[in-house]
Amino acid sequence: MDVIVQLQAQFVEYTTSLYREGFLDDQFTQLQKLQDESNPDFVVEVVRLFFEDSEKLLNNLATALQQQCVDYKQVDAHVHQFKGSSSSIGAQRVKNVCVAFRNYCEEKNLEGCLRCLQQAKHEYYLMKSKLETLFRLEQEILAAGGSVPMMT
Amino acid sequence: MNASFSSSSSSKGMMDHGDQPHVLAVDDNLIDRKIVEKLLKNSACKVTTAENGLRALEYLGLGDDQNNTSNVSGLKVNLIITDYCMPGMTGYELLKKIKESSVMKEVPVVIMSSENIPTRINKCLEEGAKMFMLKPIKQSDVKELRCQLMKYGS
Repeated sequence: MDVIVQLQAQFVEYTTSLYREGFLDDQFTQLQKLQDESNPDFVVEVVRLFFEDSEKLLNNLATALQQQCVDYKQVDAHVHQFKGSSSSIGAQRVKNVCVAFRNYCEEKNLEGCLRCLQQAKHEYYLMKSKLETLFRLEQEILAAGGSVPMMT
Repeated sequence: MNASFSSSSSSKGMMDHGDQPHVLAVDDNLIDRKIVEKLLKNSACKVTTAENGLRALEYLGLGDDQNNTSNVSGLKVNLIITDYCMPGMTGYELLKKIKESSVMKEVPVVIMSSENIPTRINKCLEEGAKMFMLKPIKQSDVKELRCQLMKYGS
């Protein structure tokens, strides 16, 4: 029993820190509320889709910004997608970078765009690693026979 | 936790929708499609998704083949919810095509957008959109929408 309580406390502390440090916002909570018995892996599924989609977008962005003649409309379209998905899952810091990124696209500022791409990559991989840790903690609780605390 | 049951993801072979409206959700973003689908299912709706305006029109029987005026799937659509920013055909253009159709014009259309632009919102409402929702969409937004739907009947 102690193990479960300990793991649950770890989970709560970790989750709280993710919100406090701005990695996650309320939209992530909304996602968790959507999960139910009919679809117990909903959050993990959506987040995995986000990972796949994001990595494609980051590659597309790198390619688009490497062109001799950069098509800023195309770059903006990719950033818009990235901003949309990160916003939908509550990946706040990634979303914020996308907002700045779009401004540089509008200004056709290559240097600004390249900087934002680096930042976006950084924030994305950081977010990815934290979510994977979170999911691992959930699995540990479940494996120990406990239930995952609901964060409200 | 909400007690609504999840309906089948396949709309094929369904007869009467009962009090489960059938919603066509259109969005080019895969993640958003998955989320909107779950939001709607959690509000006791049957859901069909489409990844762009053209696919949506085809599903509604308003595709290029103008001779086909009947709903391709055989299952009546009670509500269309669409993203505004989509490549090819925007949500606004989709809305217009739906309102131009004698068969589909009575179906309520809801527009979603991540951008809060008053001129955009007004344009959509003037063209006949029932509602405009700001992304990211929450469960409370869908509940509100559901209430509106009930009021106007299906």
